[in-house]
Amino acid sequence: MNSLIFRTIAPLIVAVMLVFSIYVCLRGHNEPGGGFIGGLIAASAMAILGMSGGAGEARRALRIDPLAIAGFGVFIAGLSGLLSLFTGTPFMTSIWVYLELGQTTVPLSTPMVFDIGVYFVVFGTISAVALALEGEEGP
Amino acid sequence: MDASIALVAIAPFVAALLAPFIHRLARPYAGWVLALVPAGIFLFLLTLIAPVVAGGAISARIGWVPAFDLDLSFFVDGLSLTFALTISGIGTLIVLYSGAYLKGHPHLGRFLGFLLAFMGAMLGLVLADNMLALFMFWELTSVTSFLLIGFDHTRQAARRGAIQALVLTNIGGMALLVGAILVHQLTGCWDMSALGDDVRANGFYGLTLALFLVAAFTKSAQVPLHFWLPNAMEAPTPVSAFLHSATMVQGGVYLLARTTPWLGGTEAWTLILVCFGGATLLWGGLGALRQTDLKQMLAQTTLASLGLSVLLIGLGTEAAIAAMLLYFVAHALYKAGLFMVVGAIDHEAGTRDITILGGLADRMPVTFIGAALASLAMIGLPLTLGYFAKEEMYLGLMHWQWSDIAVLAVLLAGNAMLAGVAMLVLVKPFLGPVLPTPKLAHEAPIAMLAGPIVLGGAGIVASVMTDWLGHTLVEPGAAAILGETVSSHLTLTINPASPLLWLSIATWALGYLVYRQAAVLRTLLRRFEAGLGWTADTVFDAVMFGLIRFSGAVTRLLHHGRLEIYLATVFAGLALALIAPLGLLNGYDVLLPNADLGNWSAKLSWPQLQPYEWGVMALALIGLGAVLLATNRLVAILALGIQGTSVALIFLLFGAPDLAFTQFMVEVLSVVILALVMTRLRLDELDQRPLEDLARDGILALVCGAGVSLLLMVVLSGTLDTRLSDLFTATSVPIAHGHNIVNVILVDYRGFDTLGEISVVMAAGIAVMALLRRRNKPAVPASPAPRRRRKAES
Repeated sequence: MNSLIFRTIAPLIVAVMLVFSIYVCLRGHNEPGGGFIGGLIAASAMAILGMSGGAGEARRALRIDPLAIAGFGVFIAGLSGLLSLFTGTPFMTSIWVYLELGQTTVPLSTPMVFDIGVYFVVFGTISAVALALEGEEGP
Repeated sequence: MDASIALVAIAPFVAALLAPFIHRLARPYAGWVLALVPAGIFLFLLTLIAPVVAGGAISARIGWVPAFDLDLSFFVDGLSLTFALTISGIGTLIVLYSGAYLKGHPHLGRFLGFLLAFMGAMLGLVLADNMLALFMFWELTSVTSFLLIGFDHTRQAARRGAIQALVLTNIGGMALLVGAILVHQLTGCWDMSALGDDVRANGFYGLTLALFLVAAFTKSAQVPLHFWLPNAMEAPTPVSAFLHSATMVQGGVYLLARTTPWLGGTEAWTLILVCFGGATLLWGGLGALRQTDLKQMLAQTTLASLGLSVLLIGLGTEAAIAAMLLYFVAHALYKAGLFMVVGAIDHEAGTRDITILGGLADRMPVTFIGAALASLAMIGLPLTLGYFAKEEMYLGLMHWQWSDIAVLAVLLAGNAMLAGVAMLVLVKPFLGPVLPTPKLAHEAPIAMLAGPIVLGGAGIVASVMTDWLGHTLVEPGAAAILGETVSSHLTLTINPASPLLWLSIATWALGYLVYRQAAVLRTLLRRFEAGLGWTADTVFDAVMFGLIRFSGAVTRLLHHGRLEIYLATVFAGLALALIAPLGLLNGYDVLLPNADLGNWSAKLSWPQLQPYEWGVMALALIGLGAVLLATNRLVAILALGIQGTSVALIFLLFGAPDLAFTQFMVEVLSVVILALVMTRLRLDELDQRPLEDLARDGILALVCGAGVSLLLMVVLSGTLDTRLSDLFTATSVPIAHGHNIVNVILVDYRGFDTLGEISVVMAAGIAVMALLRRRNKPAVPASPAPRRRRKAES
């Protein structure tokens, strides 16, 4: 696991995987993908980083405790549902906003925020478990 | 009017939240400042007397949960107003008293907060009309009284008393909730004021009655559920003065009075209430004579008084109800006063034991006056409210039937014992030779004197203004309970020809006899108790310890700490969940040989597949075979990954890209994590399970697999109900703005499910982390280690 080739190439793979995971997460509403898959890809990236450089380095690179990321995910997922209370509709009724940016229109919605929450939960939880298993010096 | 009545119940809670801060700001005067809240409520309630006397009842309604047609409705009639006025009036004096009694206590602010919250709950309880609101306030009184009784939480006895009170009153609370829901189911109505004869006429009347009676009897401490009340005396004295005079324990009496119009009046009602009330009256009276601790004596007389009130409600005659109302007010005034006096004695002299107290009248003259006013009311001498209450209760029984005479005898005995105890409480500590006390007794501060004097004085004033009393208390209150107009006949004149007078004189004479022979009676009663060997209290302990032992046994059975058994249990449960419903749904029909053979042969024929599809299938089978045959665990894990990836490929080929995508990631991660777990747990690379374990695991795996296959076959053999998928297909783009239906279902249509699922994911993650963290630390036994350390330090 600790070969020089793997250690050199791992950060590149991780970077590509993380970008790809965000792409998969965001396109999920119309194409195959979504927060769950995106989160799994990102967690795999963290697992690779942990395998190559050690769990401690992966944790430092992440800066935030992975379980805190998971908690944040549940928080914003719940919050996205609560936004509908301001429009007087039942919990989790979706709200869509279309942002005009020059030529393109960017649709923003509460389901998207919810999906990002799912991404963080899956990413945070699986990373936490994987990193804790990889390194003896867990949090 | 709406808001102001709700405010009566809400304001004390607000004050309770502010109490700690007010205490910090106004230290020595916190009691005086916070007493303004109940005082204000009392004055506001006074303004309601005129409309209630004139117009009957005031009701108020605030939307609570409009989606369920639930309103927070309040109802002020003569009954609730009497209770609310007593609660807020005595509450004012108690808050004042507490400020002085616990002066300098570091948690006085917290204490006053608990006290005010309790008062709010109690006011809500007596003003609520909606049965669910009643239940809510009922439970709030249980919780806040738990906090108050256990306030001195460093003492084991206080904690025990608090828990006992909480357990018992919560049993009653549950009964009340079930009863309320039952009544709602029967009548479709949550408001008690709208209930009529429907409940009594219904076949469920017996059950409803039983539930409400359990609630009332636990709260009002009727025999055999009485034992929590004396143990609750572990609370600071102001708490006892409040809880056991006008509030907590009277909640049950209030509930009985409140439910009389639609639950009472039947034979069962009368019989049960009179029997339990009478038993409690006698038991409490005898219990009081057994004690030498002033506070315990008063607690036992509270039991007796509660029994008396229940008995009177059970009788249900006009005179009995009037007597109950008069007795409630009289008892609240004198019992709160007496508790406060006892608290003052304890505070200033350092003991509450009547055998070592004496001659305090010279040193504490004002306290003595307060004690005298209260005791005379308790004895029931003329010019006190107690006198009228006693006259009224005897008046209702002047029919000279056998049942009446029996009840009369019980009342006479009970009242005589109460009178005897009152004489003991007045004479022993205050009169006679001066005895040395642990502290040199001196007069209590003014905030502690105000209570007994004001309450005692109020009793005298009220008893002189008989007409006013009759019109404002007895008539509206009795009308609320009986549902008909009642005219009061209270009068100050004493008629020597009336048998009532002679009954009163007999009560006093018997009371004096009890007082003279108190020491003899005490010895006899204690000998009897010692001979009995057990009390309801010890039964409670036995039940509680039995519960602890039972839960310990269940825990040891289920929480044995052997991972392979846990997993086997989980999969056995899964197998059962898969197999059992199929039997219920006739799912096994597809396996029967005569089940539509044509269909079967069609299914059995080789499907038309592309060669690469056959290849993927073969790959899955190879993976499966490798899992089974591998002797090395790491190889088995990798082979499982191959099998899973092939299944993901099948998903991809047959048009489920989202599922395939997720499955790929899950397979990769599970191989990584399983391999990590293996190295982390330092598992042997070779699988060395004994044969019987292999057989068990193999059978479980086969049953689970067969269950899933069968389930799928059964599902696919029927026609699929496509209404939901049609709906999703049709509406995914127009209303949910998404082309990926799977994702739209996850985040929008069924987003609430997903929210629950991600919470579970996170909780599972936390659990895994906790387990891993435990493994990082050297295994230490949980409890003995700190104790050893502490010993080493000392």
